[in-house]
Amino acid sequence: MSDLMKVSSNPHVRSKVTTSSIMLAVVIALLPAAGFGIYNFGLDALILIVVTVATTVCTEYAYGKLMNRKTTIGDYSAVVTGLLLALNLPSSAPWWIGVIGGVFAILVVKMLFGGLGQNFMNPALAARCFLLVSFTSIMTNFDCDTYTGATPLAALKSGEGVDILKMVVGRTSGTIGETSMIAIVIGACFLVLLGVIDLRIPGSYIVTFVLFLCLFGGHGVDVAFISAHLAGGGLMLGAFFMATDYVTRPITKAGQYVFGILLGILTGIFRIFGPSAEGVSYAIIIGNLLVPLIEKATLPKAFGFKGGKRA
Amino acid sequence: MSKNGKEGSYGGSSMERLYNGLVKENPTFVLMLGMCPTLAVTTSAMNGLGMGLTTMVVLALSNMIISLLRGIIPDKVRIPAFIVVIASFVTMVELLLEGFLPALYDALGLYIPLIVVNCIILGRAEAYASKNPVIPSLFDGIGMGLGFSFALTCIGAVRELIGAGEIFGLHIMPDSYVPCAIFIMAPGAFFVLAALTAIQNKIRINGEKKGRDMSKIQSGCNEDCMNCGEKGCSHRFYGASGSPEKESGNGRRGKNAQAVNADGKGRE
Repeated sequence: MSDLMKVSSNPHVRSKVTTSSIMLAVVIALLPAAGFGIYNFGLDALILIVVTVATTVCTEYAYGKLMNRKTTIGDYSAVVTGLLLALNLPSSAPWWIGVIGGVFAILVVKMLFGGLGQNFMNPALAARCFLLVSFTSIMTNFDCDTYTGATPLAALKSGEGVDILKMVVGRTSGTIGETSMIAIVIGACFLVLLGVIDLRIPGSYIVTFVLFLCLFGGHGVDVAFISAHLAGGGLMLGAFFMATDYVTRPITKAGQYVFGILLGILTGIFRIFGPSAEGVSYAIIIGNLLVPLIEKATLPKAFGFKGGKRA
Repeated sequence: MSKNGKEGSYGGSSMERLYNGLVKENPTFVLMLGMCPTLAVTTSAMNGLGMGLTTMVVLALSNMIISLLRGIIPDKVRIPAFIVVIASFVTMVELLLEGFLPALYDALGLYIPLIVVNCIILGRAEAYASKNPVIPSLFDGIGMGLGFSFALTCIGAVRELIGAGEIFGLHIMPDSYVPCAIFIMAPGAFFVLAALTAIQNKIRINGEKKGRDMSKIQSGCNEDCMNCGEKGCSHRFYGASGSPEKESGNGRRGKNAQAVNADGKGRE
């Protein structure tokens, strides 16, 4: 009997794409940024990354065991969360920062709300903001063996000149994974080519942000200023890896553009008018909270309906 | 009204009222009342305890006075009457605090006058004191106040311990401990309240598994389901006993709530 004659219930065509294959692709895409971070900041960065990833995975495993649920560490989502969180920490942070952040991200933000797919905000970013509010001095201390002084964005904010070439390559201070624009873009290209993410959110995010800078940045259309803002801080990492998180982005296509535009405006407001130099993580978290609203407003109309009524 | 309508039939002894307020119907962890001061002033154990005890004094005294006046206050203006009584006590307590405990007065600030609209006090006046004799009402106020103080002190202690490494101002964490500042800010109140409520629920569920009676004492049920905010109360849908006879009574209540109100008042 041929396959065509088999009678079975749907789905009839099974995709090879699974949660774990997508998460694995994201982990691979983050490796260039992580690798450059380790090269840039040395052994401290490696230890912090390993500790954070181990914490997130162990927390998820322990939660599954304690609650008598099927353990979910096999889908690699905890690895992605841990890696993203570690890339958002300064290399000078002590190891227990990674542990607290990892436990908070997995336990409070993800598992207590029902695990992967139920979390209403990005766990890594929520943990970063938690740490930023709790341990402000540790989280904003970017001094390490290689670099001292302000991050490029902070220097930009106070009106000093910055070396854009160094910022694009990533030989500056900052969090472990955010410094190198090139490494992040390599990973992002890999994800786009695989079809894991598309450019709707990152594209509208970055374009809106650039427009905002031109309008309100105080420098007009200044290429050097704009490219410094694009290469500096967590914008690239946030736009490609965190705003595009499947769970916390809008499902509808129109909603994804709205989401990107919203993030661009919020990031612009935080960076230009806010007291601190960086605002990507807060922008994405606020955007995450607005996702249900965006989805409701951009619900596509069913075929044959016009303006809510049947045509 | 039926069996529950009789005065004091569900009041129980004074000790039972205390236990009810502290554990079974803890205003913070079980009834989830008075969240505003709970979240706002518990930045330290001392502030929590101060707020709790201040509220307890007002709660016990206002419960007592309202219980004494329960035959005089007309049903239609009972809420303004309760508020006048409560506000008088809050004003006294405020002046006393300002005179004798200025540090606590400064720390609690705006939240002392706000005790007037604390829904625990108004809730106990409405649900218990206005229907029960003086002594049980007084002990109900003390029990509820103790439960509130206990909850606020717990929340304050946990927040102070994690957020500043201290309890009641005593430095108890080792010097190497880095305080987690978010816990003495507003979000920390939500984290701690949620965690403590979860622990309390766990204790209740474990107790039920072992066969202990952990249900709330139906202290305030006057079978007036139209004006009762008690969530998860089965009376609302199934009548007091769930029997068909009761259900027909339910229908009557739904249609003529006003008439039943008058009826309910008549029982006194």
